[in-house]
Order: sequence, then C-alpha cells, then structure tokens
Amino acid sequence: MGYKNRVAVLGAGLTKFMRRAQETGKELCFEAARMALDSAGLELKDMEAVVMSTAPDAFDGVHMKGEYLADGAGGFRRPYMRSYVGGGSGVFSVIHGWYHVASGHFDTCLVVAEEKMSPCMPHPQAAFNAIYDQFTERPLGVNLLWIFALEMNRYMQVHKIPLETISLVSVKNKKNGLDHPCAQAGIPGEYTVKDIMDSEVLVWPVHRLMVSPVTDAAAAVVLVSERVAKRMTDKPVWVEGVGWHLDSSYWTNRDLYYPKYVEYAARMAYRMAVITDPRKEIHLAEVYDPFAYKELHHMEGLLLADKGEAPRLLEKGVTQRDGDLPVCPSGGLMGVGNPIAAAGLMKVAEVFWQLRGEAGARQVSRPVKRGLAQAWGDLMQVGTVVVLGV
Amino acid sequence: MSHHLKEFPGVPLKDSDIQEGKVLTTRWEVKAEYAWDTGVALGEFFAGLKDGRILARQCDRCGRIVVPPRMFCEWCHRPNDRWVEVKDTGRVNTFSVSFVLWDASRVKVPSVPAVIEIDGCTPGVGFMHLLGNVGTTLEEILARVKIGMPVKAVWRPASERTGAITDIVHFVPREG
Ligand SMILES: [Zn+2]
Repeated sequence: MGYKNRVAVLGAGLTKFMRRAQETGKELCFEAARMALDSAGLELKDMEAVVMSTAPDAFDGVHMKGEYLADGAGGFRRPYMRSYVGGGSGVFSVIHGWYHVASGHFDTCLVVAEEKMSPCMPHPQAAFNAIYDQFTERPLGVNLLWIFALEMNRYMQVHKIPLETISLVSVKNKKNGLDHPCAQAGIPGEYTVKDIMDSEVLVWPVHRLMVSPVTDAAAAVVLVSERVAKRMTDKPVWVEGVGWHLDSSYWTNRDLYYPKYVEYAARMAYRMAVITDPRKEIHLAEVYDPFAYKELHHMEGLLLADKGEAPRLLEKGVTQRDGDLPVCPSGGLMGVGNPIAAAGLMKVAEVFWQLRGEAGARQVSRPVKRGLAQAWGDLMQVGTVVVLGV
Repeated sequence: MSHHLKEFPGVPLKDSDIQEGKVLTTRWEVKAEYAWDTGVALGEFFAGLKDGRILARQCDRCGRIVVPPRMFCEWCHRPNDRWVEVKDTGRVNTFSVSFVLWDASRVKVPSVPAVIEIDGCTPGVGFMHLLGNVGTTLEEILARVKIGMPVKAVWRPASERTGAITDIVHFVPREG
C-alpha cells in the first residue's frame, strides 16, 4: 500500500488510572495531551490535526462526546476527528492519526484517547447492555459478561485449557502492574493461581480476578512525519505497520474459539511492516487483555502462537517480562486498569517506552527493536493492530 | 515516562464521596424510551415463534441457512432466497453460568446463557438463548451441561406468546 510520509511516535502521556476520578473527561484529556506534548518537546500550536478516541457516549452520559472533549484534547480551531470501534478504539486512534500524517496532509497529529466510565450509575455495566441485539438478545436479560463467558468457555473446551492456566494471565499481569506508576489502586498485586480461582464466580467461567476493572483515565501520543521526527529526536519510534478488520455482528453464526478478524488485522500490519515470521520479528507484544483468557486468544489471532498453543507459552514463562516474547509487560488492562479507549492507547504508549528503553522497572530483559499493540472490540468483531519499531 | 505524574497526580474519589455528598455532584437520569418495529426479517421470525415455529433464511448462492434471519446474505451481498422452517432442537455450542444481573447486582440462583446451534441450519449457526432444567447450583449445572449436548425448545403456552424471542422459555436437555 502506498503512502506519502513515514510516521513516527514522538511522545506519549498517560494519566493516573482511577476507579473514580474527580477530574472530568476534559481535564483528563488535557493532562494526557499536555504530558504527550511535553515529552515530544512540542506545543499545541505545532499540532496540525487532533484525533480523539473515546468509547460509548453512554458512559459519560454526554452525547457527541468527541466534541465535548475537544477543548481538553486541544482539538479546537484545527482539523479534529473522532474514531470509535468500541474496545478497539485506543489502538485504532493511532491508525487514524497515522493516516492523517501518512497521507501527507499533515506533518503533526496529536492523538488523545479518553474514558470516564464512573458517572454511569449504579454501574457502567448497565450501559454496555445496549451492545446486544435489541430484538433477539436483550429480552433474555443480558449482561456484558455473558458474551465473554460464552467465548471463553468455547475457547477452553476446543483446546482443553484448564481454568488454572488462564488464571496465570491474571497472576502475570497483576504482578507486572505493580511497576506501573499509573496503575489503578487495588488492581495490581501479588496473587497466586489459587487466589484467582477462589475469587467470586461472576459468569462462569469468568471469575472476578479474571476481569479488568472499570477505570477513568486518558492517554495521548504525538505522531509526526519523518521530516519532523528527524529534526526533533535521535530516537524516533516508527509506525511500521497498521491493520484493522471487522467481522460480522451475527456472532452466534461463527465459531468464537478463534478471532479470525484479529488474524486479518495482524496480517495487514505485518505485510506493511514486511514481517514474515511474527514470532521472531515481534520482540514484545501489548496484547489486549480485558479478560484473562483474551490475552491467550489474541496471541493466537496475532499468529504469535499456534491455535491452542498460547496457554503453553504462558506456562513456560515465555510471555514474562524476562521471557522470549514478553506479553503485557505494562501489566495490561488486568494489572493497570481498563479505561476502554485510553487502555488501548496505553498499550501503544508502553511499546513506545519499551522501544526507547524508557519503561523503567517495567523494561523487558531482552533487547527490543519491534513491538506490537493490539486491541479488540464490539460483538467479538474488531481487531486493531499497530506495529512500532526503531 | 512518568515524571509528569507529579504535576498531574489525579484525585481519586470513593463511591462514598459521591453518596455522602463529600464532593459536589450533579445528577441526571435519561428519560428515553424506544419502540423498534421488528423489521422485515425478524418480524417474520417472531410471527413464526408465535406459531411455535423457528424460521430461517436460505441463500441459494452460498447455500447457508441462517438464524437470526435477515433478508440479505451478508456473505454474497445479495437478497437471500427463501424462508425455511428449521427444527426447535439443537446443540449447545457454548454456555456460561451467570450470577450477575444487568446492573452488576448478584443472584443466588444463576441463569445459564448459551449459544444453541439450531438443527436444520447450516452447522455452527444458531442464536443465543437460555438453558433450563439443568440445576440451580454451579456444581449441578457444570455436571449436567456439556458443549455439544442436544437440547430442545420449551415453548410458552400459545395463548401467552407475544411474538418475541421469549416465546421460547428456554432450551432443555433432550435424548439425542
Ligand atoms: Zn449467500
């Protein structure tokens, strides 16, 4: 595929993750955007365009949330666009921003992702129910956890994966999250498999400690063209590949054990990055982990493991920070928190910091030149993938 | 990465800060009601349920027979061709055991959501519904329900049907 500009990530910012932030969405956007600009050494006036990602308006209870947040994100008096593919939004925001710069239309683009889930009472879960079909599904008394539990059970049964193995994802990511300064209070920690297995059964096979929390936060990155990158930094981190893909909303007509749409998104990104053997050429992966099993499920979709093989890689320690393929060294959504769109962009920011060697206590042991961030969303439908490299 | 956090440390609130009025809040409740006509395909499908029949749509180009029905084949991107009555039996494609209600409150006796592959449809095709008569505790349900298990629909009495997905009460295990 042809494009005009090579695109680099120049800076990133991330607010503290909180179950309930006093800061409004606008204030969170401002903080993340300010941090990203400061780390890039640029000012808002240098930004030729702004991209916003934020998930359902129903969480904030603000319709046209993109416009509402624009001022905090710096999106006024300049080209501004919102993109939204559910949980896939945060990674998609970088793809969206990449387009702005790669097209040659802009040399700089500020990408901001925000989620403030706490205002929805008694629990944002209620707002999620509107993702289900209003005719054939909602009258059954749905809740969001159902679709994950159904997919998780299908995945476990097809590959005969014990619940104990899936619990290891929670153990790993919650431990990794201890080193993340933005982690939400009470989310990371030292847990055993038994702790995870003994936690409350919400919707079997999903236990409480296999689910990421509800979070308020914002994240931002600064994207620039090669021309600007070379002037601004000796350590450019390039967007080497982007991919996205959507499957049918008739989710009960396809086999949920394998996320084909993630595979197609990954293949698109790998083709662009000229990656032929992702297991060797991807050095770390921030795989989307809103539920513990999802990390494994997505690793397989990303072709980082054969179908059914991801649990074995996890058991062997391959995906630990000091393993051959660190997965979610940040702590991920299970260990840091899950402010939907901001969580996806947090993953891109983590890969950026890891590739620059700026991840501090979270820095992975092996040298890394190329990393991947992935998110997922909607009715088991959307895969979004970004490959960064130095 | 985080020296800026000193500038923007965030102000975490507790639920009680809101409930006990320790911070100022403004409240708003959505007053919105929706009435959806069921559309062409689902209208026919629900009329079928009212008659105690499950209706699917078939596409002649790819041959698929699908529920929930739609008037187009999204694979072939053309109008599909005919209504086909399929059976009110099927197999459990996957299931779960839910102790959580829509508002995240908890229940003692769980519901058992499942994807049912409907007999007479293309293999692997079905819809979501509930399982019944499979026990009231997690242990009982896990001992009783298996993926691949044959099930059949339990219909609401004809006089009580409204032309909705709930005209089927649930699916229960059957010999098969
Ligand atoms: Zn067809």
